[in-house]
Amino acid sequence: MSATSDTPQTLSARMAESGATQKLLAFASLVALVIGFSIASPNFFQTSNILAILQATSVNGVLAIAATLVIITGGIDLSVGTLMTFCAVMAGVVLTYLQLPMFLGIVAAIGTGALAGCLSGTMVAKMKIPPFIATLGLMLILKGMSLVVSGSRPIYFNDTPGFDMISRGSLIGEFIPSVPVPNGVLILFLVAGAASYILSRTVLGRYCFALGSNEEAVRLSGVNTDRWKIAIYSLSGAIVGIGGLIIASRLNSAQPALGLGYELEAIAAVVIGGTSLSGGRGTILGTLIGALIMAVLLNGLRILSVAQEWQTVVTGVIIILAVYADTVRRKKSA
Amino acid sequence: MSQSPALISMDGIEKRFPGVHALKDVRFDLRSGEVHALMGENGAGKSTLMKVLSGVYQPDGGTVSLDGTPMTFLGPKAAQDAGICIIHQELSLMNDLTAAQNIYIGREPRLGFGRLDEARLNRDAAAIFEQMNLDLSPTVMVGSLTIAKQQMVEIAKALSFNSRVLVMDEPTAALNDAEIAELFTIVRRLRDEGVGIIYISHKMDELEQIADRVTVMRDGETIGTVDAASTPVSEIISMMVGRVLDQSALALPDVSAAPIALEVANLSRGLDIRDVSFSVRKGEILGLAGLMGAGRTEVARAIFGADPRDGGTIKVHDNPVDITSPADAVAAGIGYLSEDRKHFGLATGMTVRENVVMTHLPRFTSKFGVLNEPAMRDASQDYIKQLTIRTPSDSQEVRLLSGGNQQKIVIAKWLLRDCDILIFDEPTRGIDVGAKAEIYKLMISLAEEGKAIIVISSELPEVLRLSHRIAVMCEGHLTGILSREEASQENIMKLATQTTSTPQEATA
Repeated sequence: MSATSDTPQTLSARMAESGATQKLLAFASLVALVIGFSIASPNFFQTSNILAILQATSVNGVLAIAATLVIITGGIDLSVGTLMTFCAVMAGVVLTYLQLPMFLGIVAAIGTGALAGCLSGTMVAKMKIPPFIATLGLMLILKGMSLVVSGSRPIYFNDTPGFDMISRGSLIGEFIPSVPVPNGVLILFLVAGAASYILSRTVLGRYCFALGSNEEAVRLSGVNTDRWKIAIYSLSGAIVGIGGLIIASRLNSAQPALGLGYELEAIAAVVIGGTSLSGGRGTILGTLIGALIMAVLLNGLRILSVAQEWQTVVTGVIIILAVYADTVRRKKSA
Repeated sequence: MSQSPALISMDGIEKRFPGVHALKDVRFDLRSGEVHALMGENGAGKSTLMKVLSGVYQPDGGTVSLDGTPMTFLGPKAAQDAGICIIHQELSLMNDLTAAQNIYIGREPRLGFGRLDEARLNRDAAAIFEQMNLDLSPTVMVGSLTIAKQQMVEIAKALSFNSRVLVMDEPTAALNDAEIAELFTIVRRLRDEGVGIIYISHKMDELEQIADRVTVMRDGETIGTVDAASTPVSEIISMMVGRVLDQSALALPDVSAAPIALEVANLSRGLDIRDVSFSVRKGEILGLAGLMGAGRTEVARAIFGADPRDGGTIKVHDNPVDITSPADAVAAGIGYLSEDRKHFGLATGMTVRENVVMTHLPRFTSKFGVLNEPAMRDASQDYIKQLTIRTPSDSQEVRLLSGGNQQKIVIAKWLLRDCDILIFDEPTRGIDVGAKAEIYKLMISLAEEGKAIIVISSELPEVLRLSHRIAVMCEGHLTGILSREEASQENIMKLATQTTSTPQEATA
């Protein structure tokens, strides 16, 4: 129909465009899942289990936030999983091989992430390699590099006392012993808050949406789009570095074979949360909800003793349904 | 009229592209406080001239002066800084940002540390809207606005640069009457404030309403500049089409008594096709004329089932057919020869034979699914002879043939499928003159065999020479069907620029 008249259509289009419907849908699904599993099993709605779910969300959540930034620009990042591992390995190199103080390990992980992000950003912006290919290549390079650097063996952080507390400790529990929220979860929410602020209140965030919405228009407005794109990918990489720290701390080791598959779970969380794969639209809150849905689903199925194989099948179905919802939404607003 | 000084003056502008002399000694001037319409057929050079003005292209010769000072704009940004702003037909807005965010993209007020001063951003945008007397919230998402309102945002953006020259490229193409009126109000206000406005449009009726002067371009040259108020529309049209060409009409058989092969009634699809009805007789060639974007190709694609239609019925040989896919259309005997042969019509890396039989492989397949090479060779060689396709053999790769011969292979493909209704979309685009004549001859002989033919063409002389009748479209409407006797370039142009305001549109 025409875009020339009638307000009701414009209104529904506006709903569709903001992704509000999908976010609402995602939140409703989350609540429904929690209620459903609570009824199905008395073991589900227990403090310890809820904390376990949050703990499980922390890594995927942080990676998904990183992926959200890139996806809003209209790109995609397949390297977040293996980059996370490579950052953990680099922390291991600094802390265990070189025996340097802990904060340098943290800097190494985040710095490695930022550098890798800068690299994929440069490939996308300057070399005009499609994001899918650029980050697919980087994914494989980083997977190989993790094995090379570590000699294919896990690097343990036994020489760095307190490193495991980055994720496992509970700063909140020190003050409020009844809510021992692990630090990994605290970090997830801090990262989410910061990313949210950056997206809505800073120039960087503004160009994230603008690039995803109409890159040519931004370029014609005299904005150095290449530079901003590289900046966005770098920030995304730095956030992946934080994810690497969380998982390394949780396992108290860098597991070089880990990482493949994490990128898909992160992208799934982003999409379930209502961020459009075609760019221009998305929220961190939505991504958080998406990551929680995936964690609740897996946890609940496990509690109901559903076989591991079937859990994977269900995850696949959820991803397809979420992308289908995205397609339907886009078709409506087109 | 008062002789206000020239704000912009373009003199002796030359621009060449490989193989094309796009602008030849073009003169154009713009005074402040006037709306100067730039008219011409598709390809006349209007857009190229505006790209020179806005720094997208560098002229090969001639000067562009602003306030009498010769200028060289090395890029769009330089022209923008000098106060020249273009509002393109394809709006360059970001749908997922708000109106204010769009206006100040790249120039956001900041608070330091990369933080945005959103409050000031919205305040500044609101001030511009107020200046335009425009009722629009700065925080509304651009994607949720109508095209008309989006255009207002573009104008606001132009004003935020303190633009003194505003180029509007077919701004009313997607607007309804009420929105056009609103747009004109703002254009007039800007003019009264001293902004110079270059207005590109195909619509004659708008000239009388909005333009002070009119400059007509044709084939890359300035034909003349006239006063809008004192010049009749017919004179402007004849300035636009005025070339003399081989007009000798080709002999066509009389088909007035032949049965109707294809009847289309009330065909509609969004804004592209609005209630289009026509019929084609057996052996008749119906020309479909109109300017670019009038909806001709859209009609062909809707009949062929390539795009879904919102409404309308199609009858083939008096039987209603429900066409929802190209496969349905082919089953009903309708063939469509796309305007873009290379993309949609041919596999250019494959041989002539493979291309000819490609869409009808089942006929050449044994019941075990094995292809019958000899039968395929016979069929393709038949058509090479019948259509006089010039190729060394049927195993030649199609990409090595000339455009005219490629087009014949596309025709062979459809003949093989027993289509008796053929829709040709720009059949002679990119084909040299000699080959054109051959394609015309082929089309007429197909008509003589009883095929019903629809020809879409942007070249009016071609349509005039070839068609029994000519249907003309403008903005999705069928504005008239001319018989061979009535048809002339002027008449077609009049119908092609006739904006029909349909009362149903406003309420639909």
